[in-house]
Formats: sequence, C-alpha cells, structure tokens
Amino acid sequence: MSSLFRSEEMCLVQLFFQTESAHNCISELGHLGLVQFKDLNPGVAAFQRRFVKEVKKCEEMERILRYLEKEMVKSNIVIAATKEKEMVPCARDVLELESTFEKLEQELREINRNHAALRQNLIELMDIDSLFIAGVIKQERFPAFEKVLWRLFHGNFVLRHTEMQATEELQARGAVKKDVFIIFVQGDHVREKIRKVCEGFRASLYSCPKTLYERKQMSNSVMTQMEDLRMILRRTEEYRAGVLTRAAEHVQEWGSKVKKMKAIYYTLNLCNIDITQKLIVAEIWCPVSDLTLVQSALIKGSEQSGSSVTPVLNRIQTQQTPPTFNRTNTFTEGFQAIIDAYGVGTYLEINPAPYTIVTFPFLFAVMFGDCGHGLVMTLFAVWVISQAESLRKWKNELTDVVIGGRYIILLMGMFSIYTGLIYNDCFSKSFNIFGSSWCVRPMFHPHGPWQYVFNFFFLINVHTAPHISVWNIASNKLSFLNSFKMKMSVILGVSHMLFGVALSLVNFVHFRKFQDIFLQFVPQLIFMLSLFGYLIFLILYKWCITLRSETAPSILLLFINMMLFDYQSEHVLLYRGQVWIHIFLVLTAVLMVPVLLLVKPFLIYRTRMKTRHQVGEQNHFICFLLQVSMGDIFVYQAIHTIEFCLGCISNTTSYLRLWALSLAHAELSEVLWRMVLQVGLKISSGMGSLMLVVLFAAFAVLTVTVLLIMEGLSAFLHALRLHWVEFQNKFYEGSGYKFTPLSFDSLLKTQQ
Amino acid sequence: MASLLFCGPKLAACGLVLSIWGVIMLAMLGIFFTTHSAVLIEDVPFTEKDMEDGPTALQNIYKLYNQVGYNCFIAAAIYVGIGFLSFCQVRLNKRKEYLVH
Repeated sequence: MSSLFRSEEMCLVQLFFQTESAHNCISELGHLGLVQFKDLNPGVAAFQRRFVKEVKKCEEMERILRYLEKEMVKSNIVIAATKEKEMVPCARDVLELESTFEKLEQELREINRNHAALRQNLIELMDIDSLFIAGVIKQERFPAFEKVLWRLFHGNFVLRHTEMQATEELQARGAVKKDVFIIFVQGDHVREKIRKVCEGFRASLYSCPKTLYERKQMSNSVMTQMEDLRMILRRTEEYRAGVLTRAAEHVQEWGSKVKKMKAIYYTLNLCNIDITQKLIVAEIWCPVSDLTLVQSALIKGSEQSGSSVTPVLNRIQTQQTPPTFNRTNTFTEGFQAIIDAYGVGTYLEINPAPYTIVTFPFLFAVMFGDCGHGLVMTLFAVWVISQAESLRKWKNELTDVVIGGRYIILLMGMFSIYTGLIYNDCFSKSFNIFGSSWCVRPMFHPHGPWQYVFNFFFLINVHTAPHISVWNIASNKLSFLNSFKMKMSVILGVSHMLFGVALSLVNFVHFRKFQDIFLQFVPQLIFMLSLFGYLIFLILYKWCITLRSETAPSILLLFINMMLFDYQSEHVLLYRGQVWIHIFLVLTAVLMVPVLLLVKPFLIYRTRMKTRHQVGEQNHFICFLLQVSMGDIFVYQAIHTIEFCLGCISNTTSYLRLWALSLAHAELSEVLWRMVLQVGLKISSGMGSLMLVVLFAAFAVLTVTVLLIMEGLSAFLHALRLHWVEFQNKFYEGSGYKFTPLSFDSLLKTQQ
Repeated sequence: MASLLFCGPKLAACGLVLSIWGVIMLAMLGIFFTTHSAVLIEDVPFTEKDMEDGPTALQNIYKLYNQVGYNCFIAAAIYVGIGFLSFCQVRLNKRKEYLVH
C-alpha cells in the first residue's frame, strides 16, 4: 500500500542477467527509477573496479562536450533543447560517439589556431597600411623615445608623430594605443643607430620607399593583401559557425547519453561478474509493490538486446535494514524534504509528513499573522508555481531553494491570511467587519458593578471576528493581546505535543510492542494530561465564565500553587472543590514518574533471571557477555524519563515563541506604518500626494525586505524547530537512510 | 530617434510590480479615508483646535479625512503613470532582447 502515512515496504532482490543484455537492462531500470543497487564490492577501491576505464572514457567525453558548449556560448549559437527520450547506446555506439567527439574537438582547435594567426597578420598589415610613415611605437613609450633621440642626435633630426587612427576593428581585437612617427635625419650610417634604438623600444619599423610612385604601389599591394586576409577570416568564421551549429543540434542529446552511460558503468562496477564472464549478479532494494514493474522492465531490456535468456529475479530474506522510501508527488515532496533534513525516518516508522503539511504552515501563520503580508506572499508563491520551469533555468542555488519550497510558501501565505483575519491585522490596520460588541454605556455608571459583558460576547465572536477593530487604537491593546496570544500559544503547544504522543501509540501497535503501550504510552499520556491538559482546561474555563476583573485569579499563580501544595484561605478559587482536584492531579502525575522509571527495567531483569535459570550454568558466562548490562538499561530508562518529564515543561514554554514572534511582527509592522507611511498621510496640503508616492515606494521596499523576507525566514525557522524538536521527540526515531534509486530523470535534472 | 530605453529588464519589472501594488493599495486607502473609517483616525492630521469647536468639530474632522483621501487618489493616479511607463520599458526590453538574437 503506497501512501504518505508510512514508508514503503522494501525487499532485497537478486538479479541475474547476461553480460550482453546488461546495458539495456540497467538502462530500462534507470528509466523506471525504482531500484537502488547495493554495492557488492565494498572493499574494492575506485581505481580497481572492473569498468574504471569506461568511466574514464565517459568523463573525457563530458570534458569535450563542455568545451564545445563553451565555444558555442562564445559564438552566440543557440543550443537546441532535446525533445524525446533517447535510447542508451550500446558498446559499439560508445566508440562511434567517442571518435565523433575527438574529431570535433580537433577541428575546432585547429580552426581557432588558424583564426588567431590570421588575425595577427591582419593587424600587422593594418599597421603598415594606415601609416606610410616610418614606424609604430606604443604611445606611452613615445616621450622616452623622443628624449633618447634628442640625446643621440643633439637635435639634428626632425620627428613627427601622430596618434594612430584607432579603427573599430582594431579596438575590437584589443590592440594597444599606438603612435606613428616619421624621422627625417641626415646621413645613412645613423640608420643603424635608429634601428637599434627602435628595437630597444620595441617599435616596428617599416621601410619607407623613396619615391611617391613606389609608395602608392606599396599601398595598393597592402590593401589587396588586407582584403584577402579579411575574406579568409570571414570564411573561417563562417566555417566555424557551421561546425558549431551542426554540433549544437545534438549536443544536449549527446550530453544526456554520456551521463546515462557513465551511470550505467558506475552501476556495473557495483555488481559481481560471474567466473565465466557471462553472468552478472546484482542485488537491489526495491519496493514490494513495484516488483512486477521491475520484472517487466528487465524483460523489455533483455528483448532489446536480443538475448534469449530472460533475467532472473530472486527475492531473498535479509536481516539488514532496508532504506526508507516515501512516495511523494510534486506537492508533498517539499514537506518530506524538510522532515528528512532533520533525520530520515526509520524503516516502516510513521511518517510525520502528512501532518506537517497542515501544522507547519499553521504554526508559521500564528507567528506571522497579517492579512496584507500573507496576501503578498500568496501571490508571490502563485507566480513562482506558474513559472517554475523557466525559473529552474537560472541554476542559482537560492532560486532552487525557493522553487523547491513553492508549495510550502503558498500554504504559508494562505494560512497567514486566515490568521491575519483572526488577529484582525492587515499592514497593521484592522477591519470592522462584524461590528463591535463592546458596550460603552455601562462604563458611565459611576456606581454599580461593571459587568464584564465583553467576556461573554468574546466567546461568540471567536469564530467570527475575535478582535474588534477598535482595539487597534486602544492604549491598553498590548496587555490584552499579550494575554490572549500567550494562552493561545500554550493551548496550541500542548495539543501539538499530545498529538505527538498519540502518534507514538500508532508506532507501538505497528511494531507489536504491546508492553511498551502500557509502560510508556499510558504513563506519558496521564502525566501530560493531568498537568498540562488541566492547564488548558483552566485557561478555557476562565475564558468562559464571568468574573470580576479586580478579583480574577491569575492562572499562572494557580498553577504554581498547585505544584507547591500551597492552599491558603484568601486565595481566590475558580470553582468549588478545586483544592481536592488539584491534589489528586498532582499526586497522579508524581506517581507516573516511578512507573516510567522503574517498571520496564524491572521486567527485563525478571525475564533475564528466568532464562538464566533455564539455560543452565555452562552457558551463563556466554549469556552474560552477550547481553547489555542492567546498569546500562537503568541509565537509559532514567535518561528517557527525565527527558520526557522535564521536557514537558520546557517544551510547553518553548511554544511561547509563537506569542513572541507574532508580537514582534505586529510591532514591526505598526512601526513601519507609523514612521514611513503616516508621515506622508499627515501632510494635508497638495505636496502630500508627491510625498505619498515616494514614501509608499519606501514602505513597499521595507515591507518586502524586513517584514516578508526577514520575518518570514525567522518564523519559518522557528516553526521548523518546533516541529523537529518539540513535536518529533515524542515519537520519531529518525535513524534510517534514504532510498536513492538509479533514476535517469533525477540525474539529468540535478546535473543540468 | 534616441533610445527610449533607460532601465534594464529587472528594474522595469520591479517598477511594474511596485506600481500595481501602489495603485491598488492607495486606491483602497483613498476609499477608506473618504468613507471616514474610524480605524484610520491616527493618520489624519487633526489638531486640538479642530476638536474644540462645538457644532463644526465633526465637519472639520470629516474635511480633513477627505483631504487625505484625495491625496491618496492623486498618488494612485501618479502610480498609474509610473506603471504605464514601466510597462513600456518592459516591452522595449523584450523587443531589444528579441532583436539581438
């Protein structure tokens, strides 16, 4: 039965298939994505495995593909996306692909080399062409060059220089700024000196023809050379673009083929090859309900390879713990991921994920509770959900996290709108939907008791609009809100923990530990209910009855006095007979502690004594060595009991963070409104609207960054901690390992 | 014609989202102010003097409410303009991206 309630039942299966059909069978299993291969050669190092050469070949091909992709991106060639699922090539296709890749790589490298050489030639020609003058030197070196010439010739020369016209082509090719110069000097023997100086300054000299006619000829020849070079360069670029475009159609397909082949070889490394080299033995974990699917995939694979023998499946019994597999869909995988982040569930343990889908956004919303912010968050989540595929292409780690959690954010936003309506808070302003039930008239009677009418109407309004809008501008708003939110946090916390304890009952029933139900579940439940369940009862009772506000007892004091057995006559009680009920409850709770602490170890001790008498004295020594010592058992039980009992109190207090964060959020929101937007609203003149435009932009940016992102992350983290620690330590063991099947879909998705 | 594009695609998209939010929220605020909602009393700039006059006190407060409401509507109208501008920038950016390829 596949559901999210519990992890799937797994079985260990031995596979036997022929070596020829290995590729096809494993590729079919990879497409199915439902089996995990066990490593049958755990002691062998990576470089000693059988198919290590093939894996290296695949990695080399991946390198070539990466180089090709880089070249394509440089030339702005679009890489076509693959459409349909391709077949995995067998061994000879591997060789063919390999040779294609190598050829492509060589071609590309040659083209690039030629291209660079041709470009260099062109630049040199252009130097000659645009100048007609004797030399070219780097611009920054020119002043020093001039000084040297002065020293050398004592001013008997004429030097003219200009900056070279930097054409666009030159700038594109990254040439340095150069100056051109022409020197007229008398005498021929000084030519050597000039040449030496120019060599020292690395200036290129060009011979200057003496007559105008020769100069014109040289210019023409250079022009034609340049034209030829330009044409050759263009052709080279076109050829290169053609090669890359042809390759671009296939590059993604090749990439996925190579990845699949590498995965198959890696899997083959995990299997055992029979001594006759004709049979491959593999051991896989697979869900029991999918055995038929695996069988049919294997048959399909062996048919494709043309082998006559169908693979053999042999289910074997084992003592090893299978991996934990929770079948999820797009909606639930986000929630399963946040549970697994703390600890993957033990095999066949109950899965907290389906409850987390509701309680996690709810606890988040209790801390976040604002209609307006919730609405913005919901709209953002809807946009991410609709654009999920195109956003995945950004391949940024942060966007991947947001995309993975898009359904979580959607639920968080929707629940926040709900709690925002309960708190009556929308961008720190409240609504007046149902009118006020506050009666002002009794306040103006100078004598006579003021009936706390509000309390009664409050209960009715709890399901309609618990917070009356006028509360928002009352000056004692916080003292009411604090009391309300604190009590609500405690109620929510104790209910959540009781639910966790109830889930442990389900685990005990499944694993047939009936003894533990009476020794652990029942005492824990009684302990919690008698103390903290009674606390909830007190809170709800006090909300329901009518009291005079001056004489109303504080619940906290009542509780403390109950634990300390402090009953004095002037203490106000909520109902008759309260003292006896308190004494009874505290005594019950205290009685449960020794039950939790002592009964189970004592029973273990008794069964051991019985078996020892039965087994006899010869094996006494061996038995003694094999068993865990009684001291360890006692200590373990004591730790568990202390953790539970003290944990009850500390975890209940820990839930008060629900109040603390919601208070912080409400106050931040109000401060933002008052300090930013209200400044613009209070200007009543005409300039008010312009100020309002600017201040609203600031208000929006601050709302998104501080209130949505910062507070949202904070509330997310605290709600997550409440789940991981306070809720799950009542029932969750979390010591399993995750099921990681060979799946080509997830392989291609993660590596893209 | 000089390029009318003065901001990149991300800035234009942010401007568009901000304008839509601004239009909706400021228009709603304007409506709430002009209907004299009691919750927004703290946002109205009234002074002690307005509260003193006996018969006209309420009318003074209402007048102030209306003024703030009209300010909100004008700001919403300005945001409509900014939104339209951002939308044009988004379209121009898309066209430029399409042309290069």
